[in-house]
Amino acid sequence: MKFEKIESKIAVLPIDNVDTDQIIPARYLKSISKDGLGEGLFRDWRLNADGSPKPDFVLNKPEAKGIQILVTGDNFGCGSSREHAPWALVQNGIRAVISTSFADIFKGNSLKNQLLPVVVPADAHAELLKSPWATVKIDLATQTVTLPSGRAIQFPIDAFAKQCLLEGVDELGYMLQQAPAIAAFEAKRVGSVNTLR
Amino acid sequence: MKPRTIVEKIWDSHVVAEKPGAPALLYVDLHLVHEVTSPQAFSTLRERDLKVRRPDLTIATMDHSTPTTSRDLPMLDPVGKAQLDQMTQNCKDFGIRLYDLKTTKQGIVHVIGPEQGLTQPGMTIVCGDSHTATHGAFGALAFGIGTSQVGHVFATQCLLQTPSKSYAIRVNGALEPGVSAKDIILAVIARIGIGGGTGTVFEYLGSTISSLSMEERMTICNMSIEGGARAGLVAPDDTTFQYISGREFAPQGADWDAAVARWKQLPSDPGAQYAKELTLDAAELEPMVTFGTNPGMGIGISAAIPDPASVSDPMEKSDLIKALKYMDLEPGKLLQGHKIDVVFVGSCTNSRISDLRAAASVMKGRKVNPHVRMLVVPGSMQVKKQAEAEGLDKIFRDAGADFREAGCSMCLAMNGDQLEPGEYSVSTSNRNFEGRQGKGGRTFLASPLTAAASAVTGVVTDVRKLI
Repeated sequence: MKFEKIESKIAVLPIDNVDTDQIIPARYLKSISKDGLGEGLFRDWRLNADGSPKPDFVLNKPEAKGIQILVTGDNFGCGSSREHAPWALVQNGIRAVISTSFADIFKGNSLKNQLLPVVVPADAHAELLKSPWATVKIDLATQTVTLPSGRAIQFPIDAFAKQCLLEGVDELGYMLQQAPAIAAFEAKRVGSVNTLR
Repeated sequence: MKPRTIVEKIWDSHVVAEKPGAPALLYVDLHLVHEVTSPQAFSTLRERDLKVRRPDLTIATMDHSTPTTSRDLPMLDPVGKAQLDQMTQNCKDFGIRLYDLKTTKQGIVHVIGPEQGLTQPGMTIVCGDSHTATHGAFGALAFGIGTSQVGHVFATQCLLQTPSKSYAIRVNGALEPGVSAKDIILAVIARIGIGGGTGTVFEYLGSTISSLSMEERMTICNMSIEGGARAGLVAPDDTTFQYISGREFAPQGADWDAAVARWKQLPSDPGAQYAKELTLDAAELEPMVTFGTNPGMGIGISAAIPDPASVSDPMEKSDLIKALKYMDLEPGKLLQGHKIDVVFVGSCTNSRISDLRAAASVMKGRKVNPHVRMLVVPGSMQVKKQAEAEGLDKIFRDAGADFREAGCSMCLAMNGDQLEPGEYSVSTSNRNFEGRQGKGGRTFLASPLTAAASAVTGVVTDVRKLI
């Protein structure tokens, strides 16, 4: 799958340090497949105990239908390493999250699931926080976010991750091609740390 | 040669290949696996007709969705049971050693690795779990990975990685009685915030760290991720070597001598560069407790709950208001004396024998307060056996606590052990996120000493008043 340009309204969740337990609570992690994880997305922020939606939660608003971009506070995705978090976001149609920073493991997991973590500077972030449901464009090829004001800003991304997203590179396939180098490395190490039993 | 940190030394010795424009291919010495973050990775292997490249370097256990009730009872949760059954099948199909519920070595993945001598200095260790940094206590570069990467390690024994910068966290001086390793790491996280270490690896240094036991070092390294760092480590020393010596997977004879000689080369060189540094004075620390909904929201036990009115940053202010609302706490008041419902001693942070001994030292001859439910959950069946040999189980049971089988238990509420909505716990685990210990539950993170003292009094308590 190749990562295409995004043009979408933005849902704004103005909270710092959103942890992966909020993105998907642990009780949804008992599945042995990826199917249906989307139901767990922000479960306890999104729904009441009786399963009825909380009308104030941003993704429950009528405007949120079809939304592809989530704008959120600093350090999004902190906590647990569960890849179920990006899986749940993607299953709900989210293709990019914009923040001032992301937790390391969440960022890595997102990039492996066609979910783009976009880091923007504080002033652009402030503009986005003030512009719920405004339309924003994201072009990964040029690493550009076009803000609601029309101002275009650059965002950073690891060059290899960008290439993998744009060209739909299969990372595991790329790694498997390096089997000879791995075998040579292992041969060199036998008898030292390479013998657990 | 340029002076290197221990992280740079481990990195350099594990790079399999480096191609321009791509991350390095980094070799993994030990891959730890549990039932929750591996099933989809095994599915990837099946879909692509791949094998596990090094089943001999891969060790599996059951801990997260594993009940901590008697092993003789049938498992009530069909979904959890299906996950454990799938784990058994996956390990059988791919030839992986599994410490399942029938073995005497089952336990929390970050407890059993060190316990079996699998965790050794200088290794790269990964697991689909963010608390993998625990193994850093041995001078290993250990970090959590997602399920896609679990699949990558299965198939290639490697990861695509870019190097992290080192963050020196120095702790010097002697700890006061009643102050423990858990209080050190909660104080560090309170100081730097939960995103403070993002993009870095913590190296814990200083005289306090050197004087700590391996289990205390594990408690500190375990919570590195709560400060944003994927990994945290302590350079190996004689304490490390003594701990490993004689354990099942430890090198033997001449191999042992060679290994120790190699491990002694690992500590950071004088003049090695750190991207960030923080220094704490251990003597100034008091028992710590969290009041909010992330592990960075911690205070000394004698301090007042922070007031949002004194916070200038608007997002920080609204986050604090949100946290205090969820916790139903009043700013400016003491947390000490706040009524609690549950005490949990356990988790990969604080479930080892020294943690149980610390809790038991407070519980001995005392009773759990009648309105408190206390769970003591050993980190492994070996820890449980040792606790029973020392009579700790009797101390807990006589006090009215529930002494259970090994597992992650109430740390993450996916195995039947959990808070009810609105309940308050003092917990020795690592996360106080909203609902982490059960939907609507409210968590105060603290040390085993503080947890035990609070169990006795029924309120958040300064353990120094009881010892």
